[in-house]
Amino acid sequence: MVSMDMFHELFESLNALQNAPTYHLLFEAGLIAWLMWLLFRPSYNPHDRERLTRREEQELIDEWTPEPLVPATPQDSRALHPRIVSGKVGKYIQIGERNCLNLGTNNYLGMIENPEIEKSALECLSHYGVGSCGPRGFYGTTEVHLDLEDKLAEYMKCEEAVVYSYGFSTIASAIPAYAKRSDVIFVDEMVNFAIQKGLDASRSQINYFKHNDMEDLERLLMEQADLDRKNPKKAKRTRRFLVAEGIYMNTGLMAPLPKLLELREKYKLRFFLDEAISFGTIGKTGHGLTEHFNIDPSEIDMISGSLENSIGSIGGFCVGSHFIIEHQRLSGLGYCFSASAPPLLMAAAITALDIMQRDPSIFQTLRDNSTFIHSQLSSQLPSDLRVHGHPESVIKHIRLANPSGDKVADEQLLNEIVDKCEEAGLALTTAAYLSDREVNLPEPSIRVTVNALLSKNEIEFAVKTLKNCAESVFKIQL
Amino acid sequence: MSSLQQNGSVKKEKRRPFIESFEKIPLLTAATTFIGFHLILLMGYITSIIFTPKVAREKNRKGYVPLYDRFESFYSRYVYRRLRDCWNIPICSCPGSEVTLKDRVTHDCGWTFEYTGTRSTALNLGSYNYLGFAQAEGSCSEDSAVKIKELGCATASPRIEFGTQKIHQELEALTAKFVGMEDAITFGMGFATNALNLPSIVSKGCLVVSDEKNHASLILGLRLSGATIDVFKHNNMESLRQVLHSAVIKGQPRSHRPWKKILIVVEGVYSMEGSIVRLPEILELKRQYKAYLYVDEAHSIGAIGRNGRGVVDYFGVDPKEVDILMGTYTKSFGSAGGYIAGSKAFIDHMRVNSHANCYATSMSSSCAQQIISSMKIIMGMDGTNEGKKRINQLARNSRYFRRRLNQMGIITIGNNDSPVVPMMVYMHSKIASVVRRLKTNNIAVVGVGFPATPLMEGRIRFCLSAAHTKEQLDNALVHVEEAADFLGLRYSRKRRSKEPVHYSDSESEVE
Repeated sequence: MVSMDMFHELFESLNALQNAPTYHLLFEAGLIAWLMWLLFRPSYNPHDRERLTRREEQELIDEWTPEPLVPATPQDSRALHPRIVSGKVGKYIQIGERNCLNLGTNNYLGMIENPEIEKSALECLSHYGVGSCGPRGFYGTTEVHLDLEDKLAEYMKCEEAVVYSYGFSTIASAIPAYAKRSDVIFVDEMVNFAIQKGLDASRSQINYFKHNDMEDLERLLMEQADLDRKNPKKAKRTRRFLVAEGIYMNTGLMAPLPKLLELREKYKLRFFLDEAISFGTIGKTGHGLTEHFNIDPSEIDMISGSLENSIGSIGGFCVGSHFIIEHQRLSGLGYCFSASAPPLLMAAAITALDIMQRDPSIFQTLRDNSTFIHSQLSSQLPSDLRVHGHPESVIKHIRLANPSGDKVADEQLLNEIVDKCEEAGLALTTAAYLSDREVNLPEPSIRVTVNALLSKNEIEFAVKTLKNCAESVFKIQL
Repeated sequence: MSSLQQNGSVKKEKRRPFIESFEKIPLLTAATTFIGFHLILLMGYITSIIFTPKVAREKNRKGYVPLYDRFESFYSRYVYRRLRDCWNIPICSCPGSEVTLKDRVTHDCGWTFEYTGTRSTALNLGSYNYLGFAQAEGSCSEDSAVKIKELGCATASPRIEFGTQKIHQELEALTAKFVGMEDAITFGMGFATNALNLPSIVSKGCLVVSDEKNHASLILGLRLSGATIDVFKHNNMESLRQVLHSAVIKGQPRSHRPWKKILIVVEGVYSMEGSIVRLPEILELKRQYKAYLYVDEAHSIGAIGRNGRGVVDYFGVDPKEVDILMGTYTKSFGSAGGYIAGSKAFIDHMRVNSHANCYATSMSSSCAQQIISSMKIIMGMDGTNEGKKRINQLARNSRYFRRRLNQMGIITIGNNDSPVVPMMVYMHSKIASVVRRLKTNNIAVVGVGFPATPLMEGRIRFCLSAAHTKEQLDNALVHVEEAADFLGLRYSRKRRSKEPVHYSDSESEVE
């Protein structure tokens, strides 16, 4: 029955088709044909219209001229003609034919020439060889490394210490281990280059405050507090850090620690202090800025230091509580992905620490030398030069009293003074910077370093030589 | 095998076959690894709820934003902590072919360790000691001792001020001669060599095409430089070609300005994969697209090549075709530090613009002397063929070890000639089991897992050395085979050859 119905319908529709007018049929056929064409015509990607032919691509490749790998380097640059030192870089250094009194290297406690340190380094060499052949995680941890870490933690009265194999990488790896993209860091504008690299690597928002200016810092903190009030949800996730140096390498001034801690407490910041220069040089027994201001080191979240300055070895370290320092063992890039320090250099550092603990009178001598040289320089130098830096700091910067505004010319002038001093037997250096990389390029200066081995006579000789050379250079200038 | 001369023309030497293998993980193993990892996470989560962790808590910091991310601390406390005894094992001797380990135990599943007071000597298959120069005795150490007495341990000054001693210049000249470049510059730390110098080579507006498995120091250096980074698949030349092609054609994103320059960054030997870079193909692409090439030879300098001069020597190409050769002195020279070698114009630029040259302390004289002594031995400048013997021994050891492992049915990845042999175990629990088991058999090995490698690809990494003898390797292989049977490590589905592997078999390919 059903099939009969279907047949009937089919017959009827065929009939209708036959009876329809021709134009109607033609029109319908045309519509169907157009529909078929639309459905089955070759499709095209609109982007294909922009696609280049192979010949055009080859032309582009041929036309493209890259820049040379490196631009031409001026051949008179200081880095291409460094001073070659023969023998040890100790209290006196041999540059070429001349034997000069050394006020240019960071050998603050005179450890470079210490025979005890040499002996322990040689002993370690005969046991471990030179290199450690692996990162700390893969059989690169020797007993010497662990000893040094324990000793450093004990010396700084903190819970734990971690040792790096290179001073520069220490703070440059420590900051990015904690600070990430969404965090905020408040940092002094005159921090050293290693800290600047650490800040770059962290990708956080950096707020520079004027050098040692606590009011400017407070202003920035209040601005941040305002922002936090407007967006409390974001504020709960944003970590805030404060980074300062004990003694600033670029200016020789000390950080005002009590005021920094006060602000830290008030605005809930985590405080990282870089004591590369102040460790082993200030404080009654050389424990650094915290001892100088009589503050408990545990108030500071992390103190980083260098083994390359007062300790006379190579490397760096960070001390703090277990909670903070343990994290660096997995996240500090310079710690996890780099070979550990050669054991003999670690042994040298351990001996240096022993000497520092055994004989704290060395720090009094160093402090006396620093203040003496400061007073001598302030009183004796010609009026065109001025001494910058804290009287007790081991780093002094001598700058032109009236800078001309052209940093290159000023530096050249200071270099002439330095060269004359070298001829007279005094080794000094102008502070070296990468002028196009520094965040805040300091004024050119002669960086004078003080060490504990200098006698009063030697200091007087140094100041007199500097005065004479400066005066003769200025006379030529006039 | 010397090159033949026919009518004044030099016949090209037969190209050494490039054999590498990256066998895929069996599906069942992938599934069980995946489940296993999540089981560990689940157990960790349950443990964290029930027991309080024995970690240090912050004192006097109430009201501060928490310092660590939740997942980071969770992973470190409940996953990494269980396996913690496999890493950071302290040693008490020189890391030569045998090393003395300081024993320690944990009574609370890895939260704290206690030293038992005993020591054990183990075969060292974990340290990077490719040519066996990690020696406390011998001419290298004696020379270093002399230099310490003469020049002191350190200089306390950067190179640009008073840190340059004659030994630094001697080292740079010797390094340049060793790698076959015009000039070289050296630094005190290998990691810092990459991280502090790449920003002086590329900057914003430049494109860097980098292999996906590059080392953390390269990635950090490239990030600090501000250049745009494009990644290509590991050692995959087609992927590299596509990236280069599209970069030159399209230019910078959005503005379509042409790139200032393009730098390809690769490593000589990848230490996690054991693969060797395909240098001739990369040089071809570099020429075609006018890019520059930076090769990080941290693991390949001294370790591969007929004369131990690295990838350039291995493939027999002219070193001057590679623009920048970088390497470290930690692995094959038994010292510390790194170098960059290139044309004189390039090195002059680096001297003036390198962050390390201007701000970081110069290398210790003891390290510099160790490098000079070991380099002279490798080059044969000491008058003996000690260097050649070591290079051959290393090549023999690498090949023999890998062939024997493959014969057991264990999956090893990477190139047949690389001195690093990664053995795939895939599961986290197996990484720890193998390391612990081999330690009880007095073999020290290194296990690596997430995050240094992809999640499903845990591996044990054997680092061969010229100091290893055949007997030591055979002994190690016996124990590895035992472990493979006990833990089920014979994953390979390739046909296993039944022929015995000859130790001297590999010589014909080296000579």
